[in-house]
Amino acid sequence: MASNSETRGSSADYETMMSASDVELLKRAWRNEKAAPEILQYEGALVERAKEQIELVEESVEDYVENGKDPLLVSLYQMDLDRTQFLLRSYLRVRLLKIEKFMFHNLKSEEAERRLSEQERVFATKCADDLAKHFEETVLLKLPENYQSVLKQSQISEVDDMVPQPHLDTFVVCRSNNFVSLNLYEEGESPETVEMERGDLYFIRYKIVKGAIESGQIDLI
Amino acid sequence: MAGQTDPHISLFSPQEVEFMAEDELVEIVPNMNMEQLNFISGDFGRFIPQIPTKVPLWLAVALKRRGKCSFRPPGWMSVDNLTQILEAERESQSTFQALPFSYVEIARLLFDHAHDDIPDKYMVRSLVEDIRDVRLHKLETNLGSFQGTSAVKISNVSAMEVNIVRPFVRRALEAFYKHDKPEADIDRDTRSSRQQREANNEPRRPLRQR
Repeated sequence: MASNSETRGSSADYETMMSASDVELLKRAWRNEKAAPEILQYEGALVERAKEQIELVEESVEDYVENGKDPLLVSLYQMDLDRTQFLLRSYLRVRLLKIEKFMFHNLKSEEAERRLSEQERVFATKCADDLAKHFEETVLLKLPENYQSVLKQSQISEVDDMVPQPHLDTFVVCRSNNFVSLNLYEEGESPETVEMERGDLYFIRYKIVKGAIESGQIDLI
Repeated sequence: MAGQTDPHISLFSPQEVEFMAEDELVEIVPNMNMEQLNFISGDFGRFIPQIPTKVPLWLAVALKRRGKCSFRPPGWMSVDNLTQILEAERESQSTFQALPFSYVEIARLLFDHAHDDIPDKYMVRSLVEDIRDVRLHKLETNLGSFQGTSAVKISNVSAMEVNIVRPFVRRALEAFYKHDKPEADIDRDTRSSRQQREANNEPRRPLRQR
């Protein structure tokens, strides 16, 4: 990416403050979100910044078209705009997909709930309510007493076993940005470690790299 | 629609992999004058005739299609370099040669839009295809020799290749892991039959009996 700090546009008056890294960050967030089996932390600040920049560029493109600026330039700016919009939209859509998939789980687990944005939380609650109501009215109320819960298979279940949980043992492909040493197994089991140099590609269980992804040391591919 | 690739087939569609590759910087030689471009993704330009400049691949292709520039093929795409890599790939059974992560996408886009900028284009194209074949074949044969582990190192595999093998390897490794967990020794007897069932979307090869 071209490295730059602040520059002023020619006719339009917008700042492209660190915008090179923003698109990179958005791309990284999008890639990680797509590859991860569970929902990741919502990048609120990044999304806000991206939205602002997109709006600015949209306005300036409209200006260009009205002022009859060189159509080549306009189409190039439009392409860049389209690309960034795609990243943003796809990022939000992938998250929505995961929310819908693991609806009840996301609301039950505190950790997952923290990772949603405000609007996502509202969406998830409403969706879950609607779904629960739908199940109850169509099926559950017609089942015998002990089986009427949306979350449990029957009254005797100890845990909410009707709630699908994200499969954290899925294997993902990752690349490390720094030298990183990870514990392969969980506490109490044989402590084997895997060491990753910068730039190595690994097929690895998601659970192992979960922490490293959050801290930015590892990227999913 | 954005973000709706079927996750059961593959996490990323080939178009999405290409999208990611399109941000790679390549060198072009513009043939016109243009001011600096202040994109969201960065600043590029100024464009002065005959002065080479680096731009992202998508921008380069767009300019090329409108006849505004010509490409400078990347260093690794020379006939000499590719022949060397092809030989090295054929020699070693288990290691992959270092190629740019998005070499497939870059080569493909260059062949589609800028073939007249590549010296010896037919030679280069056939070399790249041969390299792809050898590497894919190597990947397939290596897949049959996975041990049950939690982490498998794959060095120098490129983005497209990763995307192709990802679904199969995920399922295979998950099956290995499930049956290899330290407390799962009881499953040892049933393990071999289960392995066969998991690995049946590639041509059958003898998995290691445990």
